Amino acid sequence: METIQLLVSGLANGCIYGLIALGFVLIYKATEAVNFAQGDMMMLGAFLTLGFANSNFLGLPFLIAVPLAILSMGVIGYLIDIVIIRRLFGQSQVAIVIVTIALGFVMRFAAGNIFGFEPQTLESPLIGRDVTVGGIFLGLDELLVIIATIGLTVGFWLYFSNTKLGIAMQAASQNQLAAYYMGIPVKRVQSLIWAIAGMMAAVAGILYASKGSIDPNAGLLGIKAFAAAVIGGMGSLPGALLGGIIVGMIEPFASRYIPAGYSQVMPYLLLFLMLVFRPHGILAQVHRKKV
Amino acid sequence: MRVQFKTSYDTDIRLFKDRYQLAWYAVLGATLIALPWLIDVFMLGEITNVLIFAIAGMGLMILVGQTGQASLGHAAFLAVGCYANVILQQRAGLPFVVAFPLAGLISGVLGALIALPMVRLHGIYLAIATLAMSVITEDIIIIAEPLTGGVGGLFAPDISLFGYVINRYGDPAAFYWFTLAVTLFCVWIYRNLLRSPLGRAFAAVRDSEVSAQAMGVNVPKTKAIAFGVSTFITGLSGAILGHYIGVFTPEAFNVLVSIQLLLMIVVGGLGTIHGAFFGALVIALLPTGIGMARDWLAANVGLTTTAIPGLETATFGVILIAFMLFEPMGLYGIWAKMRTYFELFPFYRQGMFVRQKSYLKTERMR
Amino acid sequence: MSLLSVRNVTMKFGGLVAVNDVSFDVEKGEVFALVGPNGAGKSTVFNLISRFYDPFEGEIVFDGENLLDHAPSDIAQLGIARTFQNIELFENATVLQNMLVGRHTHRTSNLLSELFFLPSVRRAEIAHRRAVEDAIDFLNLHAYRDQLIAGLPYGVRKVVEMGRAMAIGPKLLLLDEPASGLSMEETQDVAFWVEDIKKIRGITVLMVEHDMHLVASVSDRVMALADGKRLALGTPQEVQNDPEVIKAYIGAPDDEQEAA
Repeated sequence: METIQLLVSGLANGCIYGLIALGFVLIYKATEAVNFAQGDMMMLGAFLTLGFANSNFLGLPFLIAVPLAILSMGVIGYLIDIVIIRRLFGQSQVAIVIVTIALGFVMRFAAGNIFGFEPQTLESPLIGRDVTVGGIFLGLDELLVIIATIGLTVGFWLYFSNTKLGIAMQAASQNQLAAYYMGIPVKRVQSLIWAIAGMMAAVAGILYASKGSIDPNAGLLGIKAFAAAVIGGMGSLPGALLGGIIVGMIEPFASRYIPAGYSQVMPYLLLFLMLVFRPHGILAQVHRKKV
Repeated sequence: MRVQFKTSYDTDIRLFKDRYQLAWYAVLGATLIALPWLIDVFMLGEITNVLIFAIAGMGLMILVGQTGQASLGHAAFLAVGCYANVILQQRAGLPFVVAFPLAGLISGVLGALIALPMVRLHGIYLAIATLAMSVITEDIIIIAEPLTGGVGGLFAPDISLFGYVINRYGDPAAFYWFTLAVTLFCVWIYRNLLRSPLGRAFAAVRDSEVSAQAMGVNVPKTKAIAFGVSTFITGLSGAILGHYIGVFTPEAFNVLVSIQLLLMIVVGGLGTIHGAFFGALVIALLPTGIGMARDWLAANVGLTTTAIPGLETATFGVILIAFMLFEPMGLYGIWAKMRTYFELFPFYRQGMFVRQKSYLKTERMR
Repeated sequence: MSLLSVRNVTMKFGGLVAVNDVSFDVEKGEVFALVGPNGAGKSTVFNLISRFYDPFEGEIVFDGENLLDHAPSDIAQLGIARTFQNIELFENATVLQNMLVGRHTHRTSNLLSELFFLPSVRRAEIAHRRAVEDAIDFLNLHAYRDQLIAGLPYGVRKVVEMGRAMAIGPKLLLLDEPASGLSMEETQDVAFWVEDIKKIRGITVLMVEHDMHLVASVSDRVMALADGKRLALGTPQEVQNDPEVIKAYIGAPDDEQEAA
């Protein structure tokens, strides 16, 4: 019984990681860049929702606040691309990593100074509602997280493997110049991807905040999501979810069965070992450089 | 512009290009040595801090700027140097003159060993692996409580150099001179590296691994050595840092510090020793600068602002983004442009430093 | 005994057979050219000799050593230097530094002596520079010696890459399309250099080249490859007139005139 409960809470956490990882992977797939600010974008998305919905801020109805926050994050993602990332065209991967880290700093600062540095809870209609399935106690919030994540991942995966945008995105990342010559609006595709990643970050943030509290440093969760993306294999959408679930599952079991102090290292240890022994993840997509 | 006629191979090998350059650096060196008489104690402490960061920066620069391996985990080696130095003195009872270099060596050997499994990783993957390593190290320090004092941290004793005791507050000038000496030592070995085969092998690995291999450079081994040299210098910096801050906990070496170190050398300018110093100036003096700006606003504009939490990091972030957008070569880039402008006056052209753009191609197949 | 002998080498990438049971010998002091249409497996042969790939089958013997027993980074030490089809220079280093990397196999110092730049390191360094300066003289690169590769024109880069390979002081030089993308005059220069490398320096050359004019003028023997298989081997004239080769290039037997 306990095991199943641990499983479910791990699964729910894992799905959040998976959602953030999905954002990483999307951007990586389209632009070969890694957005270290994805975790902070998640945090910002959560705070925006909180700002729209909570009674001590704007106090809008929850069902209006959510799409509003998702939309705002989409706009923010879009702006990040056209103002900053687009101008880094032609610079190394690491340059973009560095810029997004710096962006994360700025977002953390902004969120902290607007919404406060203390942990806050989102006034969500889901909080505290439980369902009992076959004698197992499940939080409605956890269930929703799991369902939403799986739905989103499958949706995106189908979308990108079957639609024009998906193919354009792949083309743009495999050979920017050639894609441009073939009439693919490379820049617009890239901005669109950033907008989508922003929106996904908002979704992850909302789900995360409705499971517990949120504070400006929640963005550091991004590192774990990062582990998820790498474990699943950078560049693979189902891999991101898979990696997220693996990381999420390890945590509750590690803290249950491994002495404190050792347990929180486990996701990072797994990440490290993964990189050493299978650097391109479970669902690898990289081949050797040709000369 | 001075044109130099090269008449012997030594011209390319020696440390200073010509007598003018030697003179410039002699003036700079003399100023640095005389600094304790020129500025007040507070500023001297700040400059000492700059030097400590500059040493760490040089360590990281060898890895990132010279060998092209991005590390987001160098705070771990700052920690190793710092803890090893203090533990060797307090537990093993070694004198500082032995413990200090030994701390650097421990950090260097550890760095090379940890690098061994990671040498196959490239770019972003290596950055992530080192990031994970940084987090793991922080936890290991907490777990190894009997040795490291866990979350409570450790006290650093006063530095004792052949019976002469140096305390950071009691004798700031001596502490500064000691730091300066270590800094100069690190600059010297850095420069030596650049003019010897190993330094060129580093550059070869940075620019093209395949062709480095074809030239007979053992790429994994070279990367591991680069890690070793880099973490040796970073470890030395950590050891001084321990004495500088006096009390330290694992928190002082968390992932954010790792990230900050990397950002620091980027702002300074990758691939140059100057860059490490410029970056250190920015990161070490930024809090003081912001404080001074606030005082100035209060005194002259009458605008009293409360301390805004996290302002330093955010300002730093903005500075960094601005640099990446407008001057990817960092402060060194600005400096090089200014120098060229004056050297060539009035013939400087706008396009002299424009780099060719490259377009993205991936090696992923799906 | 021949300097390099490739025996029954096969290389597969997934289902694709890039090199299929190819054998040839390169004799000491000759210029040996590999020709063939794109995708024939010429570069793969080079990469196999450089040990970038492990062959699926077969063996490669160089100067009495089985290359398959050696790591990729030992190949230069054994005396094989190479250039790359798409130029793999160290972009952010000067011409001189690039060529000095070529001296890496002659490194006598170790980490510690280099960190402190002991007198022995200085002496070795001067010797390296003398050797590199020799290559700079040979290829007329004086004007560029202190310039960064990143700012050099394509033709010069090709020459620098050749110089870097020569700085190794090899017994065998592998040139991967030394004339691709070069102008007529530059190609002519390459032809002279290849001759001189063979005659004055006594270095054996194995090259991949599409320019049949260059191949015909400098090579002693030519091997034609198509679809990973050996089509013909012999003097340039013999190979050029080989019906199989003509078929591989032109596709139809009645276009013989153009092929020659």
